[in-house]
Formats: sequence, C-alpha cells, structure tokens
Amino acid sequence: MSSLATALQARPEPPAVDAAGRPCKIAVKDLTFHYGAKQALENISIDIPANLVTAFIGPSGCGKSTFLRTLNRMNDIIAGTRVSGSVQIDGKDIYTGGVDVVGLRRRVGMVFQKSNPFPKSIFENIAYGVRLNGLAKSRADLHGRVEESLKQAAIWDEVKDRLQESALALSGGQQQRLCIARALAVKPDVLLMDEPASALDPIATQRIEELIYQLKATFTIVIVTHNMQQAARVSDLTAFFWLGRLVEVGPTDKIFTNPAEKLTEDYVTGRFG
Amino acid sequence: MTGVPHFQEELDQLKARLLEMGGLAEDRVRSAVKALVDRDLALVEQVIGGDAPINQFHIEIDSRCVKLLALHQPMAVDLRVILSAVKINTDLERVGDLAVNVAEAALRYLEHPPVKELIDIPRMADIAHGMLRDALDAFVRRDTLLAQQVLDADDALDALKTQVFRELLTYMLQDPHTIEPSLDLILVSRHLERIGDHATNIAEDVIFMVSARDVRHHAH
Repeated sequence: MSSLATALQARPEPPAVDAAGRPCKIAVKDLTFHYGAKQALENISIDIPANLVTAFIGPSGCGKSTFLRTLNRMNDIIAGTRVSGSVQIDGKDIYTGGVDVVGLRRRVGMVFQKSNPFPKSIFENIAYGVRLNGLAKSRADLHGRVEESLKQAAIWDEVKDRLQESALALSGGQQQRLCIARALAVKPDVLLMDEPASALDPIATQRIEELIYQLKATFTIVIVTHNMQQAARVSDLTAFFWLGRLVEVGPTDKIFTNPAEKLTEDYVTGRFG
Repeated sequence: MTGVPHFQEELDQLKARLLEMGGLAEDRVRSAVKALVDRDLALVEQVIGGDAPINQFHIEIDSRCVKLLALHQPMAVDLRVILSAVKINTDLERVGDLAVNVAEAALRYLEHPPVKELIDIPRMADIAHGMLRDALDAFVRRDTLLAQQVLDADDALDALKTQVFRELLTYMLQDPHTIEPSLDLILVSRHLERIGDHATNIAEDVIFMVSARDVRHHAH
C-alpha cells in the first residue's frame, strides 16, 4: 500500500524541457475538475509539446477522457461541472472570461470513439464546417479544401469517385477517417482523439495509427487510449492517470521500459487495471 | 500490430547498424593480424586503442532492440529478428575484444625476433574472417545455406589451431628463447579460433531467425 500512498502524494513535475526540445503547445497548471459534488480530476499539471503525439493512459474511470475534454472546454456543455486551475494554449488561458469557445473548438478539434459523420454526403461532411467558418473564398477553394482534408486523412483515394454518396455508407474505419478529415478541414492546431480506434478492426486501427504518425508533423495530437500497446506504438509522450491524478508523464520509451513510479510499472505490466 | 511502416523503417535501421558494426569488427580482426604479420607496431597500437566505436555500437544496438520490443510488441519473424540482433550484437562485441587480444599478443610477440615465417596463422585469419563475413551476409540475405557453410567451416579452423600448436611445440622444445613468443602465437591462434566460434554463433542465430529452427548444440 505504501507505494500507492507515495504515488498519491507525489506530484510529478511536468518535463522541464519538452520532449526533443519542442515548444510547449498546451500548458496545464493545477487543473481540478468536479462533476457536481464528485471530484474527477485533482491538481493536474502537464506541458503538452507541439507537433508530437501525447497519449493519456490509465484504467477505466481514471479521468483521462474528462481531462481531454477540458482541453477544448467540451465539458462546458455538461451541467454542473466546475473547473479550477488554468489551461494555456499558446500562452493564453482558455478558461478566462471572453474566450470564444466555438473558435476554440475549431482550433482544438476532437475525434470521438464512435465516429459520428453527419447524415450527409461525404463532400458535405467536410464542406459544412468549412462553409460555416467562412474558410473558403470560392467554390473552387471549397473543393480544394475538401480534397486536401480527405488527402490528409488518407481517405481521398477511396472516396474521390463517390463524393456525393452518403457518408453513412462508408465502413467504420472509413467513417472515422472521414471524421478526422472533417476536423482537419477547419485547420486546427491541435487534434484531440478520444479512443479513436477502439471501435475498429485491427487493420483499420493500424491505418488510423499510421495516419496519426504522419499527422503529427503538422498538428499537435493528444490521444486517450485504454490500449497501452497503442500508446506505445503511436505516441512520443505518455501520461499515466489514476483515480483522477496524473501519476507520471514522460517519453513513451521510458514509460514502457523503465517508468519512475511503481504504480505506472504495475499498470503497464498488466498487474492491475 | 507491427505492419506499420515506421516500425519497418526502424527495423531496417537496426539491421543496417548491426551490419556496420559487423564490418567494423571484420576490419579490426584484419588489421590486428596484418599488424602481426607485417610487424607493424603502429598498427598494433591503433588496434589496441581503437575499441571504443564497437563498444558504442554494442550499447546502441541493445538500446534499439529494447525500444523495438517495448514499443511495438513484434511477433513471429520480427520478434526473431530482434532477438537474433541482440545475440549477434554480443558476438560482434566479443569479436572486437578478440581483435584487441590478438593485437596485445602481437605487441608482446614483436618484442622478440620472429620465431618462424607465419603461414598457418594468416590462413586461420582468412578462414575466420571469411566465416564472419559469410555469417553477416547470411544475415542480410536471410540465407540459411550460407549460414550452414559457416558452420561447416569451423572444423578447418580447429584443425589449423591444433597444427599451429604442434608446430610451435617443436620450436619451443628446440630453443627455450622461442618459448615466450611462441606462446603468444599460440594465444593468437586461440583468439582466431574463438572468432570463428562467434561466427558460427551468428550463423546459428541466422538459421533460427529465418527458419525458427534452433540448431545450437547439435553436431553440424
């Protein structure tokens, strides 16, 4: 029990220098979160580097998805939630008054476990957000953006000849890549992904993972996954959450070969969770 | 899930670095024997003092293997490649050490007039060097037939070692002044025979890697 108690008391420092010396994209300090009376997150501090993949791992109910949603204020839409602490993106706290939350969610896009394409055509799924945000200057520009996003999400070749067909006719893996394309179309800086592949078969999962690996050159990616092996394969930095606390964060290869905390080691070796 | 392209790149890099290390080990053995045969003191000193690069490879390759295993959970042939790489790494580092041992023996030998014209030792060196080169080629080409040839060449090396000993024994019996240098030549022949053993280890690892057959400890 003592290692548990020690882990609970220890507050790990966020990495002093970001992985590979990258600038910090999202700086979280002392974030605490409540659903009504129930505390879900306690004093989370972490620096998320730009243009890298950061993975959040931990057992069910540890708060990783809740924490992910604080990064673009998606929890605001749930009644009775309270946040304290700060989340700075590019140096600006997103929880101060006067922040344009809709604009925030464009810049910090999100992809969910269950893909949720609009019941529209493939083309319209992408075009909708672009039009709504006034991001296309002309019809040609709009088509160009749609094509670019579908290419970025590695799905263009599969859908280019059927853009007017319904998105709902696509396979699960294709729908998920379409949702990624949709998020990318509005030119975010950050992509938050909440278990993006857990509803997919192994081949589709592999394609998503390879896509994430390619996307990090352009975007900052944060991914929540209950699949440790996925975090190991795909991320540069891994953060381990447990009972609402951040137990340890570090370079992925360190977390999976020689973690600093016993609790982390117990989790990654499958001794619990 | 190990089909992802970036895993494949990292695996290819591992193999490339291992081959570089192998090339370096081959060079060191060559240089050590050349220094002995040519009575080249400068080259001897160079071999003795130049062990650091191989040792750095040794550390780097193990580190790459640990990372690949931890982060990618490789299966089947990929798993066997990485396990073989760990083992071949160890054998190559030992070959590097043995090259230094040969050079150290050469250093002592060169303090004396030559005992005889060196014929069998260069022959042993050629065989050992050839075995090492073939074992590494077999690794690259995944060639179990070539690996088997390496295993078959070991007997010739052992026979030469015995021949070297017998011949030098006659010199030592005739003239006690030749005892010290003769012992160093005998040591060199033992080191070369050990290098051949490491080449056979690599060949066995290649056979395991390609065919999943463990041929160690069998009569070849």
